[in-house]
Amino acid sequence: MKKLFRNLTVLFTMLGLGLILTSCGTRDTSNASVWQNAEKTKSITWGVKADTKLFGLMDVKDSKIKGFDADIARALTRQMLGKDAKANFVQVSSQTRIPLLKNGNIDAIIATMTITPDRAKIVDFSDSYFDAGQSLLVKKGSPIKNVRDLNKPGTKVIGVVGANSVENIKKFAPKAKVLELQDYAQALTALKSNQGAALTTDNGILFGMAVENPGYQVVGGTFTKEPYGIAINKGQTDMKSHVNKALKEIVKSGEYNQIIKKWFGNVSGFNYKEVER
Amino acid sequence: MINIISNHWQTLLYGLGQTLLCSILALFFSLVIGSLFAIMEVLPNKIAHTIGRAYVELFRNIPLLVVTMFFYIVIPKFFFQISGFAAGTIGLTIYTSAFIAETVRAGIQSVDTGQMEGSRANGMTYWQAMRYIVLPQAFKIVIPPLGNQFINLVKNSSVLAFVAGFDLMYEGNTIASTTFDTINSYLVVGVLYLIITMPLSYYMRYLEKKSNRGVN
Amino acid sequence: MQTFIDAYSWVNIAFLLKGLWLTIEVSVASIILSYIIGAILGLVRYIEVKYLSAIVGFIIDLIRNLPLLLIFFFTYFGLPNMGVRLSIPASAILALTIFESAMLAEIIRAGIVSVDKGQMEGARANGMTYWQTLRYIILPQAQVKMIPALVSQFISLIKDTSLATIIMLPELMYHAQIIYGQNSNYIIPMFLALAAMYFVVCYALSLLSRYIEKRVN
Repeated sequence: MKKLFRNLTVLFTMLGLGLILTSCGTRDTSNASVWQNAEKTKSITWGVKADTKLFGLMDVKDSKIKGFDADIARALTRQMLGKDAKANFVQVSSQTRIPLLKNGNIDAIIATMTITPDRAKIVDFSDSYFDAGQSLLVKKGSPIKNVRDLNKPGTKVIGVVGANSVENIKKFAPKAKVLELQDYAQALTALKSNQGAALTTDNGILFGMAVENPGYQVVGGTFTKEPYGIAINKGQTDMKSHVNKALKEIVKSGEYNQIIKKWFGNVSGFNYKEVER
Repeated sequence: MINIISNHWQTLLYGLGQTLLCSILALFFSLVIGSLFAIMEVLPNKIAHTIGRAYVELFRNIPLLVVTMFFYIVIPKFFFQISGFAAGTIGLTIYTSAFIAETVRAGIQSVDTGQMEGSRANGMTYWQAMRYIVLPQAFKIVIPPLGNQFINLVKNSSVLAFVAGFDLMYEGNTIASTTFDTINSYLVVGVLYLIITMPLSYYMRYLEKKSNRGVN
Repeated sequence: MQTFIDAYSWVNIAFLLKGLWLTIEVSVASIILSYIIGAILGLVRYIEVKYLSAIVGFIIDLIRNLPLLLIFFFTYFGLPNMGVRLSIPASAILALTIFESAMLAEIIRAGIVSVDKGQMEGARANGMTYWQTLRYIILPQAQVKMIPALVSQFISLIKDTSLATIIMLPELMYHAQIIYGQNSNYIIPMFLALAAMYFVVCYALSLLSRYIEKRVN
């Protein structure tokens, strides 16, 4: 028994030491210029969603990621680096995207990411490239008509880990319990398994879900403004200015509206003219 | 690190509590279920034996995540409401019970067959001999590996993070994604897991050494 | 019934098989790597090099006592932070290798210890060196004894790859989630397919281990 205690003492001392060392060891190493590297390799690595219909969804047929975000990323890459430039995609979740960007695994995030003051402390954002607003998806015939109906003890709302909508719903319906799942595919499946009364996130994503699932509808309009931005690591100012420039150019050339129409033209209940630029 | 702890200690403590609660519940139920299937496996009845064997082989060869997600998604959709915590605990119980069944079966079989025959010869029924002679000895052999099963349970309970089970890993995820301080959040979570598992595993090793010395 | 026919369309099955293939690739790579590293670490613990063995032992204990999910996070988020940048499959393989080699080291050490101590003394008395004895007498016997434990650890590893969905590794579980995420009628067929595929792979491996065990004995 004595030996056991001695072992434990040694254990916790070493644990403490190890922690101090690792804390000192963490630092931001992504100082290299993303833009210079992109110019050199003629490619940009984008973090995109792979589970979000209309924005970034992995196609079962060819395992390619397809959606509005992916198309905008391709258009921007071509605009910035020329016709033969390549847009690489790394699939991210709301939880993994910021650490991946900070670590330099990806050059930029274009993954249904709202520009918020909290996030802007950690990463830089481009100008907004899509105007979403938070809303609710419920089963048809559900008593939930808007966000106020959720503000009751015992009500469960489903969201996604790391999503801004989870923080918002805690403000709009503080009495509801929020269940945070890993990604939108999981969240939708949980809603259908009655794990919560509503699924909350941005309207664009929700309409994408409603298209595939006729038993479910988007209700209550939007109760927040969620401008989506492209996130770029702090300090990468030339990358940011090139993204902003390219964004203006694809809006001007009409390519932006084409992509909007391609993805949102046939979504019932969603007026794509409102988000055209 | 200090920031994470001082700002979120309540959440972390709650998560730790859920992790422990889930592990203890799962340990208890998987011990009961595991023993039942172990007994079925050693029964002379062929059907019982096959059912026991099939249960063990099935759940030993399917990932815990698949079992847990099944309970989280499929059961509520077609049968009755079940929370993430409950789904996770049931998943863990079923998964672990297959491993415990295997350990208990080995324990029962290691008890000398002569003992069963001897008790039968002395007028005990099969069940009496099982209940009073074989099982108590088998459990004595099985207790140390159970400690290791508990350590595994604590670690495996992190699967609750996938089903919003509000365990330590889940809370760690939410803290990491709201503070953006990923590394330190997970370091804190790691230390909390180690505080439970490390002393336990050293204690188990101490017990094993002690019992080995006894044998030699 | 129609749902099942639709769910098991060729496109979906091909997508699942693609996921399964990545699961197998990642598993095989991790099994090979962790077996080599685990064997080295296990030996280091067994032969008790001063300080080194104690440190190795401590690190092994740390890793063995952490949830694998956490190790996935550390390799995927933590390492790049220190300047090592890895793709998703690479960091999944690394995480599995770290975790499983710690598990294997313990199995291998215990396997060597379980071979009778008297054998070492006997062989040494017959003029063999320590290393010769280890290489020709102890290790071959230990290896046979270890087969069941090793294989069941390999099976765990294959099952554990499913946890890598958390870092978006497009393996079997992830691909199934993508399919049933788009059409929830496919939930049950997908879970059946998942269970069947994992079961076939893992059970085949355990049958193989039993076969080898029989042949060796």
